[in-house]
Amino acid sequence: MTYRASNDPPHGTVGAPRVEAARAKLTACNVDVFYGEKHAIKDVSLDIGRNEVTALIGPSGCGKSTFMRCLNRMNDIIDICRVTGTITLDGEDIYDPKIDVVHLRARVGMVFQKPNPFPKSIFENVAYGPRIHGLASGKAGLEEIVLTSLKRAGLLEEVKDRLHAPGTSLSGGQQQRLCIARAIAVSPQVILMDEPCSALDPIATARIEELIDELQHNFTIVIVTHSMQQAARVSQRTAFFHLGELIECGMTEQIFTNPLHRLTQGYLTGRFG
Amino acid sequence: MGTLFCDRVRAIAGVVFQVVLGIVKDAVRQGSTRLFMRMHVLMLIAVLVLVSVFAFGIGHSRAEAMTCPRHSLPQYHGQCAALATFLPGLVVVALWGALESPFALILALDRLAETPLSPLAAAEGHFLTAEIQALAAGHGSRKDPALMMAAQHYAELRQTGFVLMAVLAVGASLGGWALAWRRLTPACRARNSIEHALKIFMILCATLAVLTTVGIVVSLVFESWRFFNHVSLMDFLFGLEWSPQMAIRADQVGASGAFGAVPLFAGTLLIAGIAMMVAVPVGLFTAIYTAEYAAPRFRALVKPLLEILAGIPTVVYGFFAALTVAPFLRDTGAALGVAISSESALAAGGVMGIMIIPFVSSLADDVMIAVPKALREGSLGLGATRSETIRHVVLPAALPGIVGGILLAASRAIGETMIVVMAAGLSAKLTANPFTAVTTVTVQIVTLLVGDQEFDSPKTLAAFALGLVLFVATLFLNVIALQVVRRYRQQYD
Repeated sequence: MTYRASNDPPHGTVGAPRVEAARAKLTACNVDVFYGEKHAIKDVSLDIGRNEVTALIGPSGCGKSTFMRCLNRMNDIIDICRVTGTITLDGEDIYDPKIDVVHLRARVGMVFQKPNPFPKSIFENVAYGPRIHGLASGKAGLEEIVLTSLKRAGLLEEVKDRLHAPGTSLSGGQQQRLCIARAIAVSPQVILMDEPCSALDPIATARIEELIDELQHNFTIVIVTHSMQQAARVSQRTAFFHLGELIECGMTEQIFTNPLHRLTQGYLTGRFG
Repeated sequence: MGTLFCDRVRAIAGVVFQVVLGIVKDAVRQGSTRLFMRMHVLMLIAVLVLVSVFAFGIGHSRAEAMTCPRHSLPQYHGQCAALATFLPGLVVVALWGALESPFALILALDRLAETPLSPLAAAEGHFLTAEIQALAAGHGSRKDPALMMAAQHYAELRQTGFVLMAVLAVGASLGGWALAWRRLTPACRARNSIEHALKIFMILCATLAVLTTVGIVVSLVFESWRFFNHVSLMDFLFGLEWSPQMAIRADQVGASGAFGAVPLFAGTLLIAGIAMMVAVPVGLFTAIYTAEYAAPRFRALVKPLLEILAGIPTVVYGFFAALTVAPFLRDTGAALGVAISSESALAAGGVMGIMIIPFVSSLADDVMIAVPKALREGSLGLGATRSETIRHVVLPAALPGIVGGILLAASRAIGETMIVVMAAGLSAKLTANPFTAVTTVTVQIVTLLVGDQEFDSPKTLAAFALGLVLFVATLFLNVIALQVVRRYRQQYD
């Protein structure tokens, strides 16, 4: 299926995987990922623009989640995983041995596919990150961070009377917003979202999408999604992955109305995937 | 088709008849001593099994031969027929086993009462029954003619009773078979019946375990109650001195018999406490390492190796503690200027701690592995380090299981006997000093019951009282464990 149009550039990606250097928050150059023998990501180069939403789409197993997990080095915890190439955050190589991966993950936060609140109270869930990073000064400071984060995640109104109830007692959509609040409580610069709505109903999904719209003013957001409509609704740029390769990247509007690559076109029109 | 079945039935009936006849003849020919009776019961059950196997085969093939659509598969029809054949016979055998001996004994004693009895025998009351049974089995020592006659009568009664029962059992089986035969139609819900029978069987199994526990508790309570007729409950529970030796003659010295159990419980707690201080940290950190840091291959190697620790016989730990660890501690203590007795709570508790490490480590490892990966990733994704993740997320989520493992280890430590007997000494001292010899509840139970003891002296009965308190203590521990597990589980699901 790795059909390639004649106008492909040598590195295999059509469209505009790069943005102007000043606007690039994250820059990936020739990234390859191997799971043992399996070549999961093949020579991907892609820029993530500052304060905008970049959607990663593609069929299951195409490597979009794997690529995203490279951006905060979550792949490090998988023993057999090997990453080559360079990824820079604000010009700083995040795979440099001198980089503290713990510090990196505080700057590049993550929200997972399935809501995964900790077995603690709502308050403690959000306070977790600021606590371990020592972001708050005193009890009042911590409380302020927690309340602000909950507010920005659009959850405060619903939970302000039961901050000390277990996080797991919330509904699925509320749990996911709690996870987002937890992620923004450590003031990251980038938030990675791995199919954040795949376990949610349409109403909860709409809430999360509204939230993403608001958050992009302050954060750089990368979202992996299986819903093309969602990608079209929330993102400014879209990257299409297929079998570990970045096939096409460009402005979301252009990708959805006028895809350059046949594979992109095929996927968007539902011919495969 | 029909003639074939009739032939088979006739053949089987013939076989069964032959076997039963053989048993009856045998029973009559051999003197019916208890041993032969047992063997014949086993043979009778074997016959019942044999008949049921035939019932299964025939039921199966009959169901297979059915042309119209049937409700259940042939195997269920076969099983149904086999059960209907086997169970009635078994019930008859069981009833007979429970009732025949006392019944025959009553009749034999009646016979004895009719004859003029020697005054000596009359005075002995229930001792007579044992004598009659012994004589009937052919190894009684008393040759009292009246007793001999009663024994003879008893043996005859049992013999007749057995023959009667054998006939009844086989008859019940065949009757059951006949009923099953009539029920074996395509519409018969054999599958559901088998399901039902399985359910009843499982309920019986569960009941057995519960009833055994109840039986143990009742016997403990009963004997303890006898003990508390001699010694007051308060003296026992709160007395500070334990010296169970009773004076046999009034003029003996130093044998007052003091039953204050506090030193024993203090010793138990001291040794179990030392054991837990060894086992909990070592076990927990081992579990954290194997579950969170170690490579899967290393974990697969180390975990079974650790579990071997729990499989070593405690007596081996006992002499390890007594012959290796205790002298080592004594010498080390001497070098450091600390007096450590060569039988010390420290040696016993330390070795016991090693023994129960796997209870903690293995269970804790299992529950930590079971903590969802999503929780770990959530924490790591926020920029927590591995150990922060373990401390704040994995351990709290795994806490119910870990507490369960620890309490299991504690029950084991409290109930352990052998190591303490061999390494901690027997002196019931009330002390918190781990360097001296102490004794535990279990050790005292052993020493109270070892040897020839009369069963009505407080010394012996004290063992049951100690056992009861130990039982209550471990029960209490288990209840707490269950409560902890339940409370945290609610929070996490």
